[in-house]
Amino acid sequence: MILDYLSLMRFEVLALGAVILLLLIKVFSEKMNISAILGFVNFSLLVILGASFIGRPHGSMFGGMFLNDGTLMLEKSIITFATLLISLQANNWLKNHSSYLEFYLLLFSVLIGMYFMISSGNFLMFYLGLEMATIPLAALAAFDFNRIRSAEGAGKMILSSAFSSAILLFGLSLLYGTTGSLDFGTVSRNFTSGSLSLLGLSFLLVGFAFKISAVPFHFWTADTYEGSPVAIATFLSVVSKGAAFFIFITILYKVFGAVYEKWIHALTLLSAITMTIGNLFAMRQLNIKRFLAFSSITQAGYILIAVASGTKEGMASIIYFLLIYIFSNVGAFTVVSIICDKTGKDDIDDYKGLYKTNPKLSIAMMIALLSLAGVPPTAGFFGKLFLLTSGASKGLIVLLVIASLNMVISLYYYLKVVKVMFVDKNENPIENISSHISAKIVLIICLIGILSIGFINCIFEYIHALSFGI
Amino acid sequence: MNLSLLIAIPTLTLISILFVNGKMARVAALAGSFVQLGTALFMLFSYMNLNDVSHLAFEESHVWFAQWNINYHIGVDAISIAMIMLTSVVLVAGVLVSWNIEDKTKEFFFLLVMLATGAFGFFISVDLFVQFFFFELAVIPKFLLIAIWGSGRKEYSAMKLVLMLMGGSSLVLIGILGFYYYSAEAGTPSFDLQTLSQLSLSHEQQMWLFPLLFSGFAVLSAMFPFHTWAPDGHSSAPTAASMFLAGISMKLGGYGCLRVAVFLLPHAAREYSPYIIVLACIGILYGAFVTLKQTDIKLMNAYSSVSHCGFVILGIAMFTKTAMVGAVLQMISHGVMTALFFAVIGMIYQRTHTRMGDEMGGLLKVMPFLSTVFIVAGLTSLGLPGFSGFVAEMTVFVGSFQNEDMFHRFATIFATASIVVTAVYILRAVGISLWGPIKKKEYESLPDASWNEKLAAGILVLSIVIMGTMPLWLSDMISKTTETLFP
Repeated sequence: MILDYLSLMRFEVLALGAVILLLLIKVFSEKMNISAILGFVNFSLLVILGASFIGRPHGSMFGGMFLNDGTLMLEKSIITFATLLISLQANNWLKNHSSYLEFYLLLFSVLIGMYFMISSGNFLMFYLGLEMATIPLAALAAFDFNRIRSAEGAGKMILSSAFSSAILLFGLSLLYGTTGSLDFGTVSRNFTSGSLSLLGLSFLLVGFAFKISAVPFHFWTADTYEGSPVAIATFLSVVSKGAAFFIFITILYKVFGAVYEKWIHALTLLSAITMTIGNLFAMRQLNIKRFLAFSSITQAGYILIAVASGTKEGMASIIYFLLIYIFSNVGAFTVVSIICDKTGKDDIDDYKGLYKTNPKLSIAMMIALLSLAGVPPTAGFFGKLFLLTSGASKGLIVLLVIASLNMVISLYYYLKVVKVMFVDKNENPIENISSHISAKIVLIICLIGILSIGFINCIFEYIHALSFGI
Repeated sequence: MNLSLLIAIPTLTLISILFVNGKMARVAALAGSFVQLGTALFMLFSYMNLNDVSHLAFEESHVWFAQWNINYHIGVDAISIAMIMLTSVVLVAGVLVSWNIEDKTKEFFFLLVMLATGAFGFFISVDLFVQFFFFELAVIPKFLLIAIWGSGRKEYSAMKLVLMLMGGSSLVLIGILGFYYYSAEAGTPSFDLQTLSQLSLSHEQQMWLFPLLFSGFAVLSAMFPFHTWAPDGHSSAPTAASMFLAGISMKLGGYGCLRVAVFLLPHAAREYSPYIIVLACIGILYGAFVTLKQTDIKLMNAYSSVSHCGFVILGIAMFTKTAMVGAVLQMISHGVMTALFFAVIGMIYQRTHTRMGDEMGGLLKVMPFLSTVFIVAGLTSLGLPGFSGFVAEMTVFVGSFQNEDMFHRFATIFATASIVVTAVYILRAVGISLWGPIKKKEYESLPDASWNEKLAAGILVLSIVIMGTMPLWLSDMISKTTETLFP
């Protein structure tokens, strides 16, 4: 019995175990070998990831508050995998950081929060997980102790999350008032399209829009990305966004699937604005982290197309896209982090002539950016086309027109960065950087992922088998 | 004949380029492109030996993404075989012409072969998704080739070209997704050209899908008013890239217009054909007159490409069997001719370091081989009998004139008028740069073509002459396909 429960909550239990172990290490050992601890952390992430491959538990706990099944396991493994990549990417940076243990304590707490959030079967549990994932993350965003912008970014993040949480809570309270329950199943059954319930739903949507940084709720994104350490910016853009999308589609499809007509227009509008505004701002950015921030806002806009489609294929393509997006975005951010670590430069102009001095880094960056732009033969092409195709099968033609025009605009600014690296001349370019082995591993994994996922059709088949529609 | 070889060989070439050192890349590229040419020739002969050509030859279909009904479905007909032959010839010539590239040799050949891979894949695929994949695969190499190895305002031109082409491909994408939606509504969603051609679409549906698909592809074939990328792109690109752009890439557009847009939406195509004809005629005449004003011979050829590609569009829109065959012939003829032209212009530029016709002069005396090739390319361009240009343009004109109403006849006459203009600018360019006294002292010691240049030019001239002197087997082969595609 207890073993069944443990197996059902294996991710949470293992992550919790890691947190406790780290705490014990912190308390009892005076002198710690940094490499050993970093190794331990990465190993435990690997263990968590490996745990998802054993058996296929399916069930619920705590009176339906906590659910687990194959889909949720897949989603959790995806964010664990991304966290592992980011942890490896940050290895070198953390070695010179005074509080690397605290970094991982916070990171694992965030992960636990996200696991609970994804697994929730009740709005209360969902909110609990969400807050648990958000507050340590804001602390992490302030982890560059020497830079004032880091604190500023964290401040903006905590304020806007608090604000969005309040809105979300207000929406939940309205839902509770009208349906009499916080359980996903009961809310779904009792939900009527009365104006008060719809108001609750719209507040809920706004709260989610903050979390996935959809326009016009995106203002915190760029400042936070720019201010926070590269590893945390990566985490925010990949894991945080991914987890929010996972629970977003689960709630929309499972709880509000019956009132599809009520929210599709809101989502269509949100998607159109998000990709367009994100694009227009991305074009004007001079800082590479801000640039990637706006590019990630645009990507959220594309994902919303598939969310709006409400089909099983749509959900499969969202998970598939997010998986690919992890490889591409972590790849791009890893190059940024390698350069930022060694030279402290993070303006796009600093990348001028990078190809002369660091050909491998530039090629990796180019492939990652082209994948974000959705150019074949990278996996981004497949990810993006599947999102659009799922929209097409529902006939969201206007949205598709906007999306495909936006893809042209986005190609412009991705290629501008490519041009800066490959064509522009520079008097004093960034010197040749010999990157750390762990960062190299991340880059190689990302490149292999980007160049191969599109051609391996069983990945999509696997995801598709686990997905569900309205 | 295993059609996948046509993708596998360039892919293997790409991989081997990655793994060899510096200068060896060009050897790998050359070897790969010769093997590809051999395979294409083999395919051509096996196709000619087929008895039944009423459906696709050498078909192959594998499920790729079952959930979307995306299949790796490939197959060829005479039109695609002609395009593949063109691409492989231009590929070999392009590699030979770039033999002495010093700067980033490996990257250059990698991108060159990658561009060709996209084209090969595009021509053989029957599934629109797969076709679109290869279509876009050919875009990014163009950007890098122009932006890194180009000359003049290379960054501006590269960006303009890539954005316009991507804009075109996004129109195509919307069209494809529209088809997907309608096929989903009709029962099974599909990307397959064969299946989609059976789909019965209403008048309105055809009328809004056609402009998207057609104009999307027409951007690539530089139809007026979407031609503005062509002069900038061609004139800034390095020699081999110009050859590929005009010789291969513009043909992707023409092929897409014919084989996708018109094939899938014949009804709408007929409705829109008057507008297309007007645009094509404007493009032909406008391109010709603008060419007249150019003194830069590379820019001259770039504008004349706009004019010549107008014939392709004109032939397609005229909707007679002869004109369609003419359009395909014109694609091949222009592809080879313009590749030859750009190649020889590049070779002359390497020696004289100028592209201005009036700064040259008397080159025939110092470089007899290159000058002769230049003249051959020029004569093909102005449509002299015996070369491929005459065969192609004549077929388009005869086919166009078969339409009996005034509109089509006037359009034909307007288009024909451009031949006079073409003759003026070609003969003038030849006269200024090749005839007369040698303008500059340093020209006297310039070397003639080296072995690789001779080989490249020889292959292209041979193709032109074969087409020009023995056109019937080719046009017969193509007309069998057009008859089945557009009954």
